[in-house]
Amino acid sequence: MHTDLSVQNVTKKFERFIAVDNVSFEVEQGRFFSILGPSGCGKTTLLRMIAGFTEPGQGIIAIRGNNMQGIAPNKRPVNLIFQHLALFPMMNVAQNIAFGLQRQGCAKAEIQKKIDVILDRVGLPGFQNKKIDQLSGGQKQRVAIARCLVLEPTVLLLDEPLGALDLKLRDQMKVELKKLQAKVGTTFVYITHDQSEALVMSDYVAVMNKGRFEQVDTPQNLYNHPATPFTAQFVGDNNAWSGTITAMSDTRTTLVTPDGNTFMVNTGDRGFSIDAGVDLFLRPEAMVIQPDPAMDQLNRFEVIVKSILFDGANSRLLATPINSEKELIIALPQNRQFDHVRPLDKLEIGWHEASGICFPESEAQP
Amino acid sequence: MKNQSRWYLFFFLTPVVLWLFLLIVLPHIDLLIMSFRMENDAGDMVWSIGNYLTFFTEPIYWATFARTALYSILVTVLTFAIALPVSFYITHVVSPKFSGFLMLLLLLPFWVSELVRVYGWMILLRESGVINHFLVQSGILNKPVEMLYNDVTMILGLVYTSMLFMVVPLISVLESLDKALIEAAFDLGANMWIVLVRIIIPHAMPGIVSGSIVVFMLTLGNYLTPNLMGGKNSLWFTEQIYNQFIASFNWNQGSAFGFLLLILSSLIIWLGLKLSGQKLSKVVK
Repeated sequence: MHTDLSVQNVTKKFERFIAVDNVSFEVEQGRFFSILGPSGCGKTTLLRMIAGFTEPGQGIIAIRGNNMQGIAPNKRPVNLIFQHLALFPMMNVAQNIAFGLQRQGCAKAEIQKKIDVILDRVGLPGFQNKKIDQLSGGQKQRVAIARCLVLEPTVLLLDEPLGALDLKLRDQMKVELKKLQAKVGTTFVYITHDQSEALVMSDYVAVMNKGRFEQVDTPQNLYNHPATPFTAQFVGDNNAWSGTITAMSDTRTTLVTPDGNTFMVNTGDRGFSIDAGVDLFLRPEAMVIQPDPAMDQLNRFEVIVKSILFDGANSRLLATPINSEKELIIALPQNRQFDHVRPLDKLEIGWHEASGICFPESEAQP
Repeated sequence: MKNQSRWYLFFFLTPVVLWLFLLIVLPHIDLLIMSFRMENDAGDMVWSIGNYLTFFTEPIYWATFARTALYSILVTVLTFAIALPVSFYITHVVSPKFSGFLMLLLLLPFWVSELVRVYGWMILLRESGVINHFLVQSGILNKPVEMLYNDVTMILGLVYTSMLFMVVPLISVLESLDKALIEAAFDLGANMWIVLVRIIIPHAMPGIVSGSIVVFMLTLGNYLTPNLMGGKNSLWFTEQIYNQFIASFNWNQGSAFGFLLLILSSLIIWLGLKLSGQKLSKVVK
């Protein structure tokens, strides 16, 4: 498998602000690659550099091995789907899709055929003569994708195209986009601030923060083995807790939290030392409510329920450990087993030693 | 309640109706009647379409009109060609802070009367004017050249006078043009020319048409600039009307020409709207 897109040590500064700071990554052919980060992290700048609208200050961007430096956006084998789609309102659907083909000098009959095929593929057959303002949000989305895919770009860049849709449609389009990408096999580079979009669709996700890549990995690894505290908090929900290490043996570490709970954590060989401060991250679903007393290797502590956040399958408990103001989010399984739980109830919570993730203490933690 | 709102309507509408009726409709009716009156051989005033026939039978009159109309179209096209890049620059290239300042620079000359501005051009261009002075001083010319009183300077003056009326509607339509559309067109492989023809001009069409109508009408009806900057051969149709009223004292002929100007210019605009596929109701919005 060869590399479609290669970005090496790319840096971009705007006056004194560093938007993209020494970023390197490669995307193999046919992959769905996402760049996930909060707004203002530099992901749009990075995408615009790949599309050619912004020149990198330093570094090399290569597509299929060809250095793209100094090549204008209209000469690059990439196409960009804009955040607000940028469909041409003065043209109908067919004219929008034909626009790029005409620039390539295709014959009229061939253009006609290609439009029919691509509209079929995105599920909009017979939409040729519709005006753009007659389309719904999801249909516009698909026209924008068709307009780019019809040119058969080496890499398709997508700049948060689902951002403007409502939640239901967004969930639906996520699945459709993933299916479409698998069908056409074009390399997608997708940027988003929505971690669920990135996790659902991508083969690989790069987590970006303050112009740098924090971690590039598969969605599963990002979720289960975050490499940095930022990734741990940004990808999925996490409870952050601080503590001090009091004892260490092999791979097991004992730490004490400010509220007096003592936990055993399987830290692997991260090289902590005794008396060091650590940040502990616990996923809501890692915590088990009223665990079986027979279960082994479990950290147990008691909490007081503050409120019940009912959200169907995604329901949670908001609770604070005894003697603490710290709020924890705990997954509440909807098997009716915990229907009796009420605010101010006292519950025992347990979590497995291996499910807590520790990082050296940082002052920037919230 | 209902009576009161009717009273309000009456109160605010009256000045407008009075204005329209007394100052526009009434004089025009008078002119219209006058244009159909003519002296017969016996020296009595009778009803006749002779004043209108004169326009078509005397080549000097319709030739002047054709010249005026063609030059007005030329002025409109030239004004558009200059105003489009200027408006695009103000709305999409410079920072928003600076674009307000540029708008002010465009507006400033129009705080001065047209007469003063035309004299300003005359000071620059005349034989003993500023430009000649510098050209002779720097040795490019041996002796001063008369740059005034020909068609080229007249067109220059008319374009300058009309500029603002094209730039303002163009800026207002271009402000609503999403930059992403231009970038998307580039991304799909277009060059500058394609972006201009397929994206910018179609988007700006309502502004282009409304600006063109205003510029065309103002130029066609302009008297001052062609009179002062044009030469002996640069006769403008408004000057013909003026001559009939003031020089020949033939008010009947003058009002007939006035109505012909109104009808023919409306016809040209109607044709322009048809050709560009725009609707008047949409353009004036």
